[in-house]
Amino acid sequence: MMAVTVIAIILQRNLYSVVVLAGIYSFLMATVLVALDAVDVAMTEASVGAGITTVLLLGALYLCGGEEAKPMQRAWLPLAVTLVIVGALVYGTLGLPAFSDPQAPFHTHVVPRYLQQGPIETGVPNVVTAVLASYRGYDTLGEVIVVFTGGIGVIALLRRLRRGKGEGA
Amino acid sequence: MDAFASHYTYWVTVLLMAAGLYIMIARGNLVKKLVGLSIFQTSVYLLYIAPGKLIGGTAPIVSESFTVYANPLPHVLILTAIVVGIATLALGLAIVVRIREAYGSIEEDEILAADRDGGERA
Amino acid sequence: MKRDPVLRVVGKLLIPYMLVFALYVQFHGDFGPGGGFQAGVIAAAAVIFYGLIYGLPAARRLLPDAVVESMVAAGALLYLGVGFAGLLLGGNFLDYFVLDRDPVAGQRRGIFWIELGVLITVAGVMLKIFYMFAGRGREG
Repeated sequence: MMAVTVIAIILQRNLYSVVVLAGIYSFLMATVLVALDAVDVAMTEASVGAGITTVLLLGALYLCGGEEAKPMQRAWLPLAVTLVIVGALVYGTLGLPAFSDPQAPFHTHVVPRYLQQGPIETGVPNVVTAVLASYRGYDTLGEVIVVFTGGIGVIALLRRLRRGKGEGA
Repeated sequence: MDAFASHYTYWVTVLLMAAGLYIMIARGNLVKKLVGLSIFQTSVYLLYIAPGKLIGGTAPIVSESFTVYANPLPHVLILTAIVVGIATLALGLAIVVRIREAYGSIEEDEILAADRDGGERA
Repeated sequence: MKRDPVLRVVGKLLIPYMLVFALYVQFHGDFGPGGGFQAGVIAAAAVIFYGLIYGLPAARRLLPDAVVESMVAAGALLYLGVGFAGLLLGGNFLDYFVLDRDPVAGQRRGIFWIELGVLITVAGVMLKIFYMFAGRGREG
């Protein structure tokens, strides 16, 4: 179903329907993430992807106009490049461990230590929050700074100066 | 055929990645390119989280009734990645709005043509 | 849009629920899915919803630009403050074990305050971005 949505996004030229399809795609992704037992990530993806992204895209489309022009020439070269990359990636994934293999190094290297010691050392049963806020607190600090910088950047780009139309460059 | 069942999630990821990449390089509208970028990013989230699932396990919230949990470390990484993705998207859209006000269009070929003509004139 | 009775009623029903849900997600992030980021986005979505129904000037009256801009910075400062509190109390930067006599309670306290900082910054940034996009008129 996600493949159908994505192909529809590619082919659609009315940008408002692209925005709605992107919201649908984001909800489908959140559902898949819940099926993969990633509940924190699913909640974030649903609220961010289907909520904030849709609002931002609609705001930008209101300011920019909502129709995409017909492409000038048929896009054979990008399609060929994409297919070559797909071939290379599929060949690469054949070497990866099978789905849901408990013996893969993904699951046995560091994770048992976090799953056992996490609630004892931090007192928080949700291991994702414990890792995010305590074991990897620096990275979360960096993320807050990135969000802050993004907000500052948007303010700097879109602020209207009071002295006439002084948009400059 | 056994390889298909066990590697199916990777191929879905590759398909979504290819779709996002194709939108970014083959379409000229700047807003659509940004939508393609966000599709590409979500395919990478799937790439990291799909191998973390263990059949019969549950979400990584420790409680007495479960023993097998999904791998929590990629969840943390992807949570950060999602939030950084919206910051990127917001900044990209702000730049697109400014481009529209400066050039009057958001199609890539029209902007390049305007730059070329403006350069020859100035 | 504020004359449409369906939107007004649905807004009145949903917006307080959304704000309470954001607080629930924030404080129950320890025991279930949730945490600062999700709560910040949901809280900002509630105010954006209010702004979409009743108009941007009404949302600006509710949360003026100065308040939102200080929210953006205050959350990051709160997070850094918790980090420096760890330094001042004798441990490393962002060390939670020294924040209380019992190390595990210190962890809970540290996690509580930084999640609050994350909530404030994320909600402020999302709302500010909405204000900027919606407040910029089309030049034609």
